[in-house]
Amino acid sequence: MAIGWYLAVSAIIFSIGAAGVMTRRNPLVVLLCLELMLNAANLALIAFSRMHGNGDGQIFAVIVMVVAACEVTIGLGVIVAMARRNLPIDVDEMRELQG
Amino acid sequence: MAELFFFIAALGAIAGAVGVVTLRNSFYSVLALVCHLLALAALFLLLRAEFVAAAQVIVYAGAVMVLYVFVVSYVSEGPFSSTPGPVGGSARVLAYLFAGVLAIELMIAMLGNGLQAIDGPGAQYDPEFGTPAQIGELLLTKFLFPFEAASFLLLIAAVGAVVLARRRGDDVGIDPADRPQLSVMDLVREDRMGTMAEGVNAPGNTAGGRLPEPRDGEGGW
Repeated sequence: MAIGWYLAVSAIIFSIGAAGVMTRRNPLVVLLCLELMLNAANLALIAFSRMHGNGDGQIFAVIVMVVAACEVTIGLGVIVAMARRNLPIDVDEMRELQG
Repeated sequence: MAELFFFIAALGAIAGAVGVVTLRNSFYSVLALVCHLLALAALFLLLRAEFVAAAQVIVYAGAVMVLYVFVVSYVSEGPFSSTPGPVGGSARVLAYLFAGVLAIELMIAMLGNGLQAIDGPGAQYDPEFGTPAQIGELLLTKFLFPFEAASFLLLIAAVGAVVLARRRGDDVGIDPADRPQLSVMDLVREDRMGTMAEGVNAPGNTAGGRLPEPRDGEGGW
C-alpha cells in the first residue's frame, strides 16, 4: 500500500477527534477524543518512519504515547476530584479553574 | 493481501473513532476507543512497526483503558450521573463544519506536498526495522535524553495524579473536625509505639470494634 493511504486515514481520524473535542461536553469523552487526535498523529509518524526506512519516527511515536498516558492520568485525576466535590461533570459548567 | 488487511483495519479504526464521538454512553465510547486502538495496532503492524504495535495493545488498549473504565464507573455513581449530551444548535454545526474543513485542508496538504516517496510502499529497510531490539538500541543511544525526560515526566504525572485525586478535608460529607490531627509530639511520645491495639482503641476510631485490654502476663499486642 502507498504511504499516502495511511496519511489519509490519519487525517480522517484527526478530524473526527477534533469534531469530538468541540461537540462533546462530558470531559471523559473529551479526553477520549484527545486520545484519538494523538493516535492519528502517531499513525502519521509511523507512516513517515516507514517511508524513510529508519526508526526515528517510531521513537517519536513511543514518546507521544508516554505524553498521552501522562495527560490521561492528570485529566482523570481532575475528573475524580470534580466527582469528589459533587461538581457537575460537564465542561460547560467548569468556567473557572480556581479551587 | 496487504491491501485487504489495510482496508479492514482502516475501516475499523475510522468506525471506532466515529463511535467514540457519537455514542451517548461514555462507557460505550471507551469500548469504541479500544476497538479503534486495536485496529490502529494492525495498521502499525502493516507499517512494520512491531514494537509500537505491541506497546499500543498492551499499554493503551490494556492499561490506560482499564483506568478509563474505572473512572467512568466511579463518576457515574454520583448525584450528577446523567452525562451531558453533545452541544446543540449552531455550535454543533460550526464544529462539524470546522472538522470537515480541517480534513479537506489536511488532504490538500497531503496531495500537494510534492513528496515522491508518498506514492510508494516505503523505502528499503533493514530486516530488524521496528523490532524491539532496534527500538531499544535507539532509545539507549541516539535518543537517551528523550527517554530519560519521558521517564521523569511519567514520575511527575504519577505524583500529580495522587495529589489531585486525594481526599481533601473540605470535601462534601467530611467534617473537618473529624479529621485526625497529628502533631510531631505524637510521633515521639512513648505510648504511641504504633501497635495494632493502639490503632484500634484510639479515640476517634468509630469504624471497628474495640479490642479487649491485654491481660497481665500475656504481653501487649
